Amino acid sequence: MGATNHHTLSALVENRPGVLSRVAGLFTRRGFNIDSLAVGPTERADRSVITIRVDCTRHSVEQVVKQLYKLVDVIDVYEVAPDAAIERELLLIKVQVDAERRSEVMKLAELFDARVADVGQTTLLLECVEHPDRLASFEELLTPYGILEAIRTGRVAMLRASAPEGESTSRLRVLG
Amino acid sequence: MSTQTDSALAKARARTGRMNGAEAIIRSLEAEGVDICWGIPGGAILPLYDAFMACDHTVQHVLVRHEQGAGHMAQGYARATGKVGVCIATSGPGATNLVTPIADAFLDSTPLVAITGQVPTHLIGTDAFQEADITGIVMPIVKHSFLVQTVEDIPKAMKAAFHIALSGRPGPVLVDVPKDLQLTEFDFAWPDEIDLPGYDTDWISGVDRDAIDAAADLIARARKPVLYVGGGVINAEATDELILLAEALQAPVTTTLLAKGAFPDSHPLSVQMPGMHGSKYANWTMHRSDLLITIGARFDDRVTGKLDAFAPSAKIIHFDIDPAEISKNRHADVSLIGHLNETLPALRDAVLANRNDERIRHQIDWLNDVQGWRRENPFRYRRGGDTLKPEYVMEAFDKALRGKDAIWVTGVGQHQMWAAQYLTIDRPRRWITSGGLGTMGFGVPAAIGAQQACPDAYVVNIDGDGCFQMTMQELATARCYDVPAIHAVINNGWLGMVRQWQELFHGERYSETDLFGTIPDYVMLAESYGCLALRAETEAEADAVIAEAIAARRPTVIDFRVDREEKVYPMVPAGSASHEMLDETWENEWVEEGV
Repeated sequence: MGATNHHTLSALVENRPGVLSRVAGLFTRRGFNIDSLAVGPTERADRSVITIRVDCTRHSVEQVVKQLYKLVDVIDVYEVAPDAAIERELLLIKVQVDAERRSEVMKLAELFDARVADVGQTTLLLECVEHPDRLASFEELLTPYGILEAIRTGRVAMLRASAPEGESTSRLRVLG
Repeated sequence: MSTQTDSALAKARARTGRMNGAEAIIRSLEAEGVDICWGIPGGAILPLYDAFMACDHTVQHVLVRHEQGAGHMAQGYARATGKVGVCIATSGPGATNLVTPIADAFLDSTPLVAITGQVPTHLIGTDAFQEADITGIVMPIVKHSFLVQTVEDIPKAMKAAFHIALSGRPGPVLVDVPKDLQLTEFDFAWPDEIDLPGYDTDWISGVDRDAIDAAADLIARARKPVLYVGGGVINAEATDELILLAEALQAPVTTTLLAKGAFPDSHPLSVQMPGMHGSKYANWTMHRSDLLITIGARFDDRVTGKLDAFAPSAKIIHFDIDPAEISKNRHADVSLIGHLNETLPALRDAVLANRNDERIRHQIDWLNDVQGWRRENPFRYRRGGDTLKPEYVMEAFDKALRGKDAIWVTGVGQHQMWAAQYLTIDRPRRWITSGGLGTMGFGVPAAIGAQQACPDAYVVNIDGDGCFQMTMQELATARCYDVPAIHAVINNGWLGMVRQWQELFHGERYSETDLFGTIPDYVMLAESYGCLALRAETEAEADAVIAEAIAARRPTVIDFRVDREEKVYPMVPAGSASHEMLDETWENEWVEEGV
C-alpha cells in the first residue's frame, strides 16, 4: 500500500475526560506507532488540540483521519503539511560540562536560541523551543559533551498566519 | 414524520419536575419512546430498579438470566424493528457481561443503548466492590460512551446516546451512571437540543450530482455489472429503492449475510449470498464482473476471500453512509456518501436517462451467463436415507412458514450457513444473525427480543448445539414472559464449523470439538424450563415436529439429531480467491473453465 512517511495530524477535540484515551486507543488498535503526541488547551476552555506524529502510508493516514472523525469528541482533524505550518517543540536538556567548556556550550546554545534554565557545578540545563529538526541538530552537537538527560514535549503545529483563508478549517471529510 | 413533530411528541411524553437521577433515566427512556428494555438489577443500579417499581411509567422491563442475554435481546428487538434496543446492567461483572453484545452491535451496526450502574462517584478509581472501568473497556467497540459526572447530565447524556446510536451508521452507545447520581434529586427537564459539536450527521443528507453522474457513466460503459449489497440497505430502509434500481439496471444482485432480506431471495435477479459459504454463482458473478455497484457493504474478508484476487477486472462504485468504509479494503473508483433512500433513486434516474440499447444487449448475455451458472450449481445436498440432513430441516421450515410472517434468527456456525443458503427471505428485518463478530450464543436471546418486538410473527431460532448451550439459560426468560419463539437446535454433537475446518485443513484431528450430542438431553432440559420439547431424528419426524411447533405458539425447543458428518458447501478456504470453491463432487457437474 505504498511507502511510509511521517505525517503530523492536528485534532481539535472537546476538553472532556477520556478524549485522549479514545484518540490514542484508535491509533493503537489500527497498529500505528505514535512518534510524538502533544495535548494542550486552546483559546477556548472547552477545546483542546492533540497533535500526533505518525509514520505510516498515505492510505493509512487517510483511514486514520476518517476514523478520528468518527469519534464523537473529535471536532476537526487536519493533516499539517510541513511547508504550510509552523512546527515547534520544547527541549529540556542537561549537559555534562566542566568550567572550561561551559562557555563553549553556551555559545552553541546561543546559536540555537536556547536559554540556560539552570546551572550546576558540572552541569548545565538548557531549554530550547525550535522546529523539531533543529532540536535534533542541537542535541547531536551537544552529544560529545555528554548528555545526562533530554526530554522533548512532542511537536505542536499551526498553519502559517500567511496561509490562504479557510485552510485552517479545511476538513478532510470529502473523501474517496 | 418531521423531526419537529417527533421532538414535540417526545417533549409531551417527558415529564418535568423534581426527581432523582434514577427516575430521570426512566423519564428519558419514555421521552425516547422506549417501550421495552432488558436487564438484571444489582448493587450499583438498584436505585434505577427501585424507580421502575416506585414510579408510574410506560417502559416494560424484562428480567433476563445473564446480562449477555439482555444485550442480545435488545439487539434482536433493534434488528427486527429498526428502533434502538435498550439493555441495563449493574457495575463490574454486570457491565462486563454486556461487552459481547456491545461488540456484536458495533460490528453489525445495530442501534443499542446500554445503561450501566457505576460505583458511587467518591469510590471511582479505588478498586471498589464491583468496580470496573466499563467506559474504558468498551472504548474500541462503541460509537460513544458517557460516564455521567453530574445528575443534571443524565437527560443530556440519554438524549445524546439515543441520537448517536440511531443516526448515521447505527451502533452501540454506553451510558455509565454512578449510583450516587441515581439517588440525587434535581429538576428534570428533557433537553431541547443536543450539544455534540463533534458529531454532525446533517451533511450526509442530499445527493452529490457529480458522483451520481460519474457512477452512471461507469454503468453505461459496464458490460457485466453486479449489485453487491450489504446490511446498510436494511439500516437505511432502502429495500424498495434497491429493487427499483436493480430492475432498472437488470443487473444481478448479491446480498451479504447481513443483507439477507434487503433484496428478495426469490427475485429473479437475486444470486443470493457471496463469500466463504455463498453460492458459486454469486462468487463467479462477482469474479467475472467488470463493475461492482457496492451498496452499504464493506468488503469484509468473508466476502472477498483473498483481497488481491477479488473481482480482479471490476471497477468499484461504493455507496455508503460511513466515509471510513470508502477505499478501506478496496479502492473505490466512484464513491458517494449519503442516505441510500436518497442516493439510490438518484442513481436510478440517471441510469434510466442513460438508456442504451447496446448495453442492454450485452446485459442480456451477462444475465444468461449468470443464470447458467445458477442453474448448474444450485445449493444442493444429498438426502440422508436413515439420517436427517440439516439442510432438509432448513427446507422443511422454509416450506412450513412460506407465506407467513416469519423472522429467522441464528447462532453462528454451520447451522447459520445452512440457514443462509436454504431459507428464502423476501423482506428486510426478517433475518437476524450475528455476522461481523460471529457471536455463538446470539440466537436464543436475539430470537426472544425479536419475538417481543413482533409478537404476532413466527420467530424461529435456527441454532447449533454449541451455540445453544452458551445462552440457553434464557429459556427461563422465554417461559416467564411466554415468548413463543421456536428454538431449533441443529444438533450434530460437534462444534461443527470448527470440526469442518479440522477435517479439511487440520488432518482430521478433532481437537476439543466433540460435544457429545446427548449431553444435555435437550428435551429434558427444555421440559425443565416448561417449554414444549420435541425431537426429530428422521425427515418424517422433522416434518411432524415442525408442524407441531408452529401450531403450538409457546416457547419451544426442538432437538434435531442430524447427520454428524455433514459439511457446509460450497466453501472458499480462508485466504483463497473467492471463485475457487471447495465442493462435494456432483455427477454431470458443470465446471467453469478458465476462471
